[in-house]
Amino acid sequence: MTAEPAVSQRPSAPRRSTRTGTGPAARTRKSVLWHASAIAALLILLYPVGWLISASFKPADEVLANLSLLPHHATADGYRQVFSGVAGYSVWHYFGNSLLVSAGAVAGNVLSCSLAAYAFARLHFRGRGPLFGFVIATIMLPQHAVLIPQYILFQKMGLVNTFWPLILPKFLAVDAFFVFLMVQFIRTLPRELDEAATLDGCGPLRVFRHIILPLLRPALITTAILTFIWTWNDFLSQLVYLNDASKFTVPLALQIFIDQTGQSAYGPMLALSVLALVPIGLFFLAFQRFLLEGAAGSGLKG
Amino acid sequence: MTSPATLRAAGASDNEPGAANPSRGRRAGGRRPRSSRRRGEGRAAWLLLTPWTAGALLLTIGPAAVSLYLSFTDYNLFDPPHWIGLRNYTAMFTRDPRYWDAVRVTARYVVLVVPIKLALALAVALLLNRKRRGQGFYRSAFYAPSLLGASVAVALVWRALFSTGGTVDHLLSDIGIHTGGWIDQPQYALYTLVLLGAWQFGAPMVIFLAGLKQIPGDLYEAAAIDGAGPIRRFWSVTVPMLSPVLLFNLVLETIHAFQAFTGAFIVSSGRGGPGDSTLFYTLYLYQRGFTDFRMGYASAMAWVLLLALGALTLVLFGTARRWVFYAGQERA
Repeated sequence: MTAEPAVSQRPSAPRRSTRTGTGPAARTRKSVLWHASAIAALLILLYPVGWLISASFKPADEVLANLSLLPHHATADGYRQVFSGVAGYSVWHYFGNSLLVSAGAVAGNVLSCSLAAYAFARLHFRGRGPLFGFVIATIMLPQHAVLIPQYILFQKMGLVNTFWPLILPKFLAVDAFFVFLMVQFIRTLPRELDEAATLDGCGPLRVFRHIILPLLRPALITTAILTFIWTWNDFLSQLVYLNDASKFTVPLALQIFIDQTGQSAYGPMLALSVLALVPIGLFFLAFQRFLLEGAAGSGLKG
Repeated sequence: MTSPATLRAAGASDNEPGAANPSRGRRAGGRRPRSSRRRGEGRAAWLLLTPWTAGALLLTIGPAAVSLYLSFTDYNLFDPPHWIGLRNYTAMFTRDPRYWDAVRVTARYVVLVVPIKLALALAVALLLNRKRRGQGFYRSAFYAPSLLGASVAVALVWRALFSTGGTVDHLLSDIGIHTGGWIDQPQYALYTLVLLGAWQFGAPMVIFLAGLKQIPGDLYEAAAIDGAGPIRRFWSVTVPMLSPVLLFNLVLETIHAFQAFTGAFIVSSGRGGPGDSTLFYTLYLYQRGFTDFRMGYASAMAWVLLLALGALTLVLFGTARRWVFYAGQERA
């Protein structure tokens, strides 16, 4: 791969003026080469995903032995076993738990982070600067630094092995990243809108409700999607707080399989892995624009 | 699927009552003294910040303080904490070889994964930063592993791919390299996790792409006229113009790498093996706290991690003065 962001990529540059001495044929050749290398890189990159999907339809003795992405003897036994139950519970039970936790986390983050972000972005109050500095510092705070006292707190409250330790913190705007994301977004909105509303007699709360909140929708959607996917994938806190199969989420159900050695465990394990990734895949296909904008916006709009 | 543009348009029409007549509003607002409005704003701000404040006190500052206190105690969650002074720290630093295993493994992991991940992210960003058909598709496809990679499901795939007789073992044997299963061997096991980490290069890639889009094309034109070839243009235009974004990615990915947990837990069945070769700091902290119930010891580990990350972040920002270039229009 050469490192030459070509002169021609300026959006305004007319296509013809690419480079001296290149005819249309050369340009086609370059374009074909570009697509070929991009697709080759993608095939290598996404091989593990393809491997997983194909292996989930292979009989256990083929999973490792057959390198081809096509099963010799396709079977849905793994799926059949998963749907007949994992560790004594129906597979829907684990999906239900995961969905509950993720939905709770989404509601919490959208609500609490937008309230905090509006206050930090638009309202004047003493200590705003240092407190916002604190928000940024906590983005970098490792989860492990506070994991143990948080666990002790929830344990004393009798909330271990419930979903509360996974949901409640989201209602307290603990995910500083999203506060920051929304603050950055609100700063791009024209101030004239809320000033006009204020002069018309709207208080800060009404400005938030009627002006900021509707305009904030793209950032809210980004927050909701990222929170959903991150919570759906989250392993550490679910591992720490949930210790009974009746409360297990999908990642914890999957983790049961790592202690079962031997080939017989491969079928249901791979089938459940595929099922675990389906919601993420769907979210990704539906909302990729928001995801990519959120990922880019977090870094650059400062 | 509605696009952000239509959403924004819908949002804008929602506020028309407020925005319809700014000039009228401005006159009406003159009646209200500015200071009382400010005071009202302050009250409203604290009202809106109530959940955030509660979270910061109860779930961040409080726990950080409690964990500092616990780090000087012997505490197993069931009996009251027992003050032992610095003994957790001295035990950690002088008498616990597994602690140093964890530090070494984590340091090796971070030093390997961060540069590989950022190099991949930059390479793919440069590839995608051209006007080509299907650009959006490629961008999404290259980003996808970022979302999948943190899951237990993909960690299980990695375990299978790198096990004895798995795909990697097969392919390497075919070309005459006999490594056996990587996850079973102390000298290779960490590399499976490095590859899993580097596989998720999508997030820094998207940030690099956004950075590349902001570099003005005339800089490349001017450099080309001055006779700079593609490689020269990369080092003299792209790299300096991109350096603020590079710093941002470097800090974020370094902190991120220190916190990797799921992959190591799944690949080593929660044990950090073989031979402690995948015993990430976070994994050892988890074992100490939640398997051995040595909460005081684990808290001491947490504080050392916190201080080390804080210091590392300061060092990275400190070196930035030497190599990060801020152009006038950077904050456009």
